[in-house]
Order: sequence, then C-alpha cells, then structure tokens
Amino acid sequence: MTIQRKAVALISGGLDSMLAAKVIMDQGVHVEGINFYTGFCVEGHTHAIKKRDQEKQKRNNSLWVAEQLGIKLHIVDVIEEYKNVLINPKYGYGANMNPCLDCKVFMVTKAKQWMEENAFDFIITGEVIGQRPMSQRKATMPIISQQSGADELLLRPLCAKYLPPTLPEREGWVDREALHDFTGRSRKPQIELAAQFGFDEYAQPAGGCCFLTDESYSKKLVDLWQSRGTKDYELDDVMLLKVGRHIRPKANFKMIVAREDGEGRFMEGYKKMFITLDCTSHGGPLTLLDGSPDAEDLYLAAQIVARYGQGRDAEQVSVSVTLPDGTQEILQVKPLAAADIPPTWLI
Amino acid sequence: MANMIQHSLDTRRLLCPLPVIRTQDKVKQLHAGDQLTVVGTDPGIMQDIPTWCRINGHTVLETLSGDREYTIVLQVGE
Repeated sequence: MTIQRKAVALISGGLDSMLAAKVIMDQGVHVEGINFYTGFCVEGHTHAIKKRDQEKQKRNNSLWVAEQLGIKLHIVDVIEEYKNVLINPKYGYGANMNPCLDCKVFMVTKAKQWMEENAFDFIITGEVIGQRPMSQRKATMPIISQQSGADELLLRPLCAKYLPPTLPEREGWVDREALHDFTGRSRKPQIELAAQFGFDEYAQPAGGCCFLTDESYSKKLVDLWQSRGTKDYELDDVMLLKVGRHIRPKANFKMIVAREDGEGRFMEGYKKMFITLDCTSHGGPLTLLDGSPDAEDLYLAAQIVARYGQGRDAEQVSVSVTLPDGTQEILQVKPLAAADIPPTWLI
Repeated sequence: MANMIQHSLDTRRLLCPLPVIRTQDKVKQLHAGDQLTVVGTDPGIMQDIPTWCRINGHTVLETLSGDREYTIVLQVGE
C-alpha cells in the first residue's frame, strides 16, 4: 500500500504559495497550510482601523487561499519570537527595516518544527529564484534550507528544476518532472500556471504583505527605538505605528494624531495607556502622547492638536489633556500655524 | 451532543488575524459539539472566522453585527 505523504505549505496569501501548494496537491500529496503572524502583516489591519476602508473587502488572503485550495490552514502567532528576528537580523535589513532573509529562515524553521510535531513529511514554499532581491536569490536558497534545519525536506515546486533534487523528489514522493523552472521577476509563468489551474482571482502577485517593507512605517519604527534608547517593542507599538500622523516636536515626546474617525475610534482603546489630547471647543482629532512631557511640552502639544482641528484659524481653542489615570485639565491655546510645524517634526 | 458545553471568547480590540488565532487556539481545547461564542470589535472577524470554520470543519451557528461589536457562535466539528 502506498503511503500518502504529507506536506506543510507556507501560505502567505499571495499567488506563488497558492500555486506551489496546488502543484504538490495535484501529485496526490496531502497538503495543509501554515501562516505566521508576526504583527507586521498588512492583512486586514488598516482596513479594520480606517473608516474610509470599512466598505472594502476585509478577507484574510491566506484563509481565502486555503479555502480555494480546499486545505486546512494553521495560523501561528509568532509575535514574541519574531522580535529577535527583527531586532537582531543575522543577514541585515533590506531597503527598509525588512529582514527578509532572516524572516524566511525563521518561518521555515517554525514550519519544520510544526512538521515534526504533526508527523508531516516535508515543507513547501512558493519561492522563486530571482523573484525578490534580498530573500529569493539562487544564493539564498541553500542558506534558508540549511539555516532553518529543513535541509532537503524543503521543496520549492515553482523553481525546483533549478535546484538540486530534494528528498521528496529523490524518494519519488513527488515527480520532479512535474515541478517547475520559474526564475526571475517576471510574473508571466505564474499567471499562466494560475490560468491552467483555473485560478482567475488571486491576491497581489508577490510581496507587499509586510509593513516592514514600507519606508514610512520603517522610519516610525526606527524613531521609536531611538527615542526609547533600545531596540524593543510590544504589539501595541506595532499597531500604533500603523495609525495616525506621527509628530515628534521634541526628543522626549511624540504625538499620534488621528487622521480620521476610524483611527480616532481605534486610538480610544489606548486612553488608559497614554496621555490623550482632544479639542473641546471645536471638532478635532484624538491625539495620543507618548513620552514624558512637562507642562510646557503639553502646551505645545495642545497647540499642535488645535492646528489639526476645525479651530485651526481661531484665536483660541480649548484642548483637554487627560492623563492615563483620568485626571483632566483644559488648556486654552492658540493653534500653531502650519508654517510653525517644521517638516523635521513629522516622522 | 448531550455533553455539549457553551464557551465564550473575548477578542475585543484585537485586529485580525489575532481573533482567528485566539479562536483557533480556544477550539483546540474544546470537544466536538461544543459551542463557542466569539465577541470582537474588528469587523474582519465576520469574514475571517466563518472562513476559518469552513476550512477546518466547524459550523457557524449565528452571527450578530452590533454598532461596534460583532458576535459569532460556532459549533466545534469532529
């Protein structure tokens, strides 16, 4: 009797991992998906927060892919473990704060652990040689295999023909001839294969699923670390870097000014963790203040908050300053003019 | 089914996929037939948790959309 082999597929929600899983499923292998949540995944968050995005489709693409493929998906919270990957990347960062190669090594390492715990036989990914400048190059493929410990149990069905045969190929668990030889940044082979499989809908072709590849987000993260004097973070930090206008008038405090109602509503959940400022005489954005401001700083912060409210042209605006313990004070301020907010304050 | 137990899970303030992960982890501790009521504030749960249920063999019994809160009642599958 032939044993049905089992593979765990890293499912990002994009097209490549979807295709890789399908290629192996079509060879009679039992495939289940795994998806790692680092805290920096773009999936859903900003749509859930911003009011203007509320009507947009809120689906989680990795779940959607799993449903299209008819496979189970295991979503794993790696927020804590991922900190070391981001803070101390062995292979460094990409164009922004994206430690892509270390991230891939980490995820394959975790997949291998899951594979062993659940008696699966091998791991598959949607990697394509040359697809990504940092993590998907011919030179990085063996690094990922070796550093993760997966070694020859890691199969890349989309570019397998450019790589040495893995154990699943040598043992005949999968037919190497039915695997692919995709290479480079062109999406054409993937799109053609998707058409062959009848996939007429799929998420963004590749990348774009991690906030750490975003320049603006990365600057805010670096600012956070510099201001605290340590490269560390909590999940709430990660979330708050995704919302609002971030302004640092002085080294000892930063303001997060809501840009719209949805962000303001989301930020309300942090009132017990931060000093909050709110215009009371005019409409205005909820603002969180992170740091250790003195009375003069609070006055400046109130002037800035007033600048972003409906009373920006008024002679005087009332701004409430509420401490995390609920203590409140009302400041009467003249809003700062736009020209009084130097670009260097904006993170 | 006679031993079915009702459970609840609060995912308020969490953004997807964390409510899905918490649901997944909670369901692992339950038995087939048990019911779990998940409450959250991210509207994304109305799409993601039913999808997660479908691909993992669980059944959504009821969904409720409030002003700021969303509730999903699911039954754990085999």
